[in-house]
Amino acid sequence: MTFNSLEGDERGMTVRVNKLLTAIGCVALSGSLFTASATAKEVVKIAFIGPLTGGVSSIGLGGRDSADLAVRLRNADPKTKYQYQLVPLDDECKPNIGVQVATQAATDNSIVAGVTHFCSAVAMATVDVYHRFNLPVVVWGAVLPDITYGNNYKEIHRVNGTMINQSQVAAKFMTGLGYKRFAIIHDTTDYGNGHDKYFSAALKQDGGQILADIGVSADQQDFTTELTKIKALKPQVIYFGGLTPIGVRIRTQMEKLGIDAQFEGTSGIKSDAYIEGAGATLAEGSLSFLEGAPTDKLPGGAYFLSQYTAAKYSEPPEAYGAFAFAATNLIIDAVEKDGPNRRKVRDTLNHTKDAHTIIGDVTFDDHRQNIVPLVSKYVVQDGKWVIWEDSAYAKGTKKLKGL
Amino acid sequence: MDALGQYIINGLMLGMIYAMVAVGFTLFFGVLDVIQFSHGDVLMVGAFAGLAASLGVAALGITSPWLQLVAVVVCAVVVTGLLGAAVAHFLILPLHRAPPLNTLLATLMLGSVLRECVRLFYPDGANPKPFPVLLPTSFIRIDGFELRVDNLILLLAGLAAIVALHLLITRTRLGLAIRAVAQDGETARLMGINFGAVVLLTFALGSGMAALAGVMNGLYYNEINFNVGLLLGVIGFSAAILGGLGNVYGAILGGFLFAGLQVLGSAALPALVPDIPSAYKDVFAFAVVIILMAWKPTGLIAERASERV
Repeated sequence: MTFNSLEGDERGMTVRVNKLLTAIGCVALSGSLFTASATAKEVVKIAFIGPLTGGVSSIGLGGRDSADLAVRLRNADPKTKYQYQLVPLDDECKPNIGVQVATQAATDNSIVAGVTHFCSAVAMATVDVYHRFNLPVVVWGAVLPDITYGNNYKEIHRVNGTMINQSQVAAKFMTGLGYKRFAIIHDTTDYGNGHDKYFSAALKQDGGQILADIGVSADQQDFTTELTKIKALKPQVIYFGGLTPIGVRIRTQMEKLGIDAQFEGTSGIKSDAYIEGAGATLAEGSLSFLEGAPTDKLPGGAYFLSQYTAAKYSEPPEAYGAFAFAATNLIIDAVEKDGPNRRKVRDTLNHTKDAHTIIGDVTFDDHRQNIVPLVSKYVVQDGKWVIWEDSAYAKGTKKLKGL
Repeated sequence: MDALGQYIINGLMLGMIYAMVAVGFTLFFGVLDVIQFSHGDVLMVGAFAGLAASLGVAALGITSPWLQLVAVVVCAVVVTGLLGAAVAHFLILPLHRAPPLNTLLATLMLGSVLRECVRLFYPDGANPKPFPVLLPTSFIRIDGFELRVDNLILLLAGLAAIVALHLLITRTRLGLAIRAVAQDGETARLMGINFGAVVLLTFALGSGMAALAGVMNGLYYNEINFNVGLLLGVIGFSAAILGGLGNVYGAILGGFLFAGLQVLGSAALPALVPDIPSAYKDVFAFAVVIILMAWKPTGLIAERASERV
C-alpha cells in the first residue's frame, strides 16, 4: 500500500479524514520501505553475448554497454521485483567461440535469458545450442534472415530487421508512392539473389507488377543490352539489388539509353561512393533502404542517448546499441511478469506484441522475428543521402521520376 | 525497330572497343611472338591518365569540352605509349630468349601490379570514378530510333583509328619495318632494320590503341574503375585468338564477333531458357569461342604460314 494510492482513494473526503489517512499512509510507506531493505531482491542473471574483442569489437562493446545501461536503469527503479545482473561474454565474431560461450551461458541455470550476437555466422551457429538447453535469447544485431526463418526454435527472437524487412519496407514504400511497374536487376550473389527473392515477393503482395527480372554478374561492365530490353518494357522504376560499383554503372547507362525511370537501390548502394561515381546530377533522387536508423532518429533515441551519456561509458553505443538496450528491456519485462523461469519467459517473449521500446513498437511474428522493425528510407538530394522524411522529396518541393 | 537498332548500336560499340584491344594483342604477337597479358591493365592506366588530364585541364579553368577531349586523348595515348614501350624494354625484350611461359607470367603479374597501383595510389581509386561527359549528348531520330550523337562519334573515331593503323602498317616505312620484323626478325636485322626500336614502337602503338579504347570506354559509359581492364583484356585476347593471332583483320573481326555473341547471349538466351540470369551471356560467348577454336584452331583468318600458333 502506498501513499499515492491512498490519497487518490480519499479524494473528496473531508480535510480532517484526509489528514488522518495521510498520517496512516506515511506510516505504511515507511513500513514498506523498511521491509524492502530488510529482504534483498532475488538476483536474476541475463547473458550478453557479442564480439568484445577483434575487428568488430566496437559494435560489441557498444552493445554490451547499452545492455548494461538497461540493467542499471531497471535496478535503480524501486518498483522492480528482482535485482538484475548482466553476464557479458565474448563470441569474438567466430562461430566456434560463439558455440562455446553460448553453451556456457545456456548450461548456467542462474542465467534466465540472453541478448545474443551481432555476427550472422555466429548467430546461425548457436541457435541449436539455445534450443537444446532451452535458453530464450533475443538477437540484437545479426541480419541474416535464416537465424529466425531457417528454423522453428521457440527460443530464438530478434529485434533488429533483416533483408526481408528491408525489401518489404521498400516494396510498401514504392507502391505507396503510386509506382506500379517495376523492372528488377540484381547481382547473382547471395546478397543480390536474396533481395530479388524477398523484394519480388513483397512487391507482388503490394500489387506491384514485375516486368523483367534480370540476374547479372557482380563484375559486369556493360548493361546496355539488359537496359535496352528493359527500356522497351517502359517500367516506372528500375530496382537494383546489389552493391555500389554496378549500381553506378546501371545508373549511368540508364541515362545513356535515355531511360527516364526512377532508380531504386538497396542498402548495397547506400554509400558516398555511389554518389561520387554516378555524379551528383545522375545520383539525384536515387533511393535506398537501410536497416536501423541513426540512433538520434529512433523513437526513444534522445532518451537513450542522454541516459547513455549520463552513465559515462567509455565506448559509444554504435549503430546497434539501441537494439541491445531494447532486447534487454524485453527480457526484463518478461521476467518481471513471470519470474525467472526460462520456459515462461520464452512463452512471454514469443507473444510480444506492440511492446513499446526505444526502437519503436516491437511485435514478433510466428518465427519470433520483429515485424515492425526499423528500416530507414534514404534519397539522394544535392549530392548527399538524406533520410526520406527530412528530404525535399517528402515535402513535395522535389519530385521523383515517373510519378 | 527501336530496340533492334539499339541492340545493333550496343553491339557495334562493344565490338569497336574489343577490336581495338585485340589489335594490340595481335601486333605484339606479330612482332615478338609474345602474349602481353597486362594489355588490359595498360588500357585501364590509359583511361585513368585521361581522367587525370581532364581534371587537370578543368582545374586550369579550360571549360571547352573539345579542348578537354584533346587533352584527355593526348595524355592517355602518350602515357600508355610510354608505358607500353617501357614494358617491352624492361620486361619483354630481356625475357625474349627465355621460355614464352616466363613472359606470359611476368606480364600477368605486371597486370596485377598496375591494377593494384591504381587502386591504392589513385585518390580513392577503389571506387568507381565518373568519366567527364565531353561529347554532345543530343541524338538523331531515325524512324522512332534515337541514335545518340556521342555513340556515332565514338564509332567513327574507332573506325578512323583502325583505318589509320591499317594505313600505317601497309603504306609507311615504319609499317614495312614492322611487317619485316614480324615475318623474320633476324633477316630484318640483317637488312639494317633497328630491331629494338621497331619492337618498342610497335608496343607503343598497340598500347596507344588500348588507351584510345580505354578513353572510348570511359566516354561511352561515363564511368571507369580500376578493374575495367581485367575483363576487357581477357575478351580482347579471346577476340585476337578467334580472329587468328598475328592477323590485324582477324583481331577486328574477332572483336565484333565476340560483341555480337554477347549481345545475342543476353538478348536471346532468356527467350530460349526461361529464368536464366543474363549473367550467362559471357558463358555463352566464351563457349561459342571455344567451339569456333576447335573448328578453326588457327583462327578465322589464319596466317598463311601458321607456324606461330
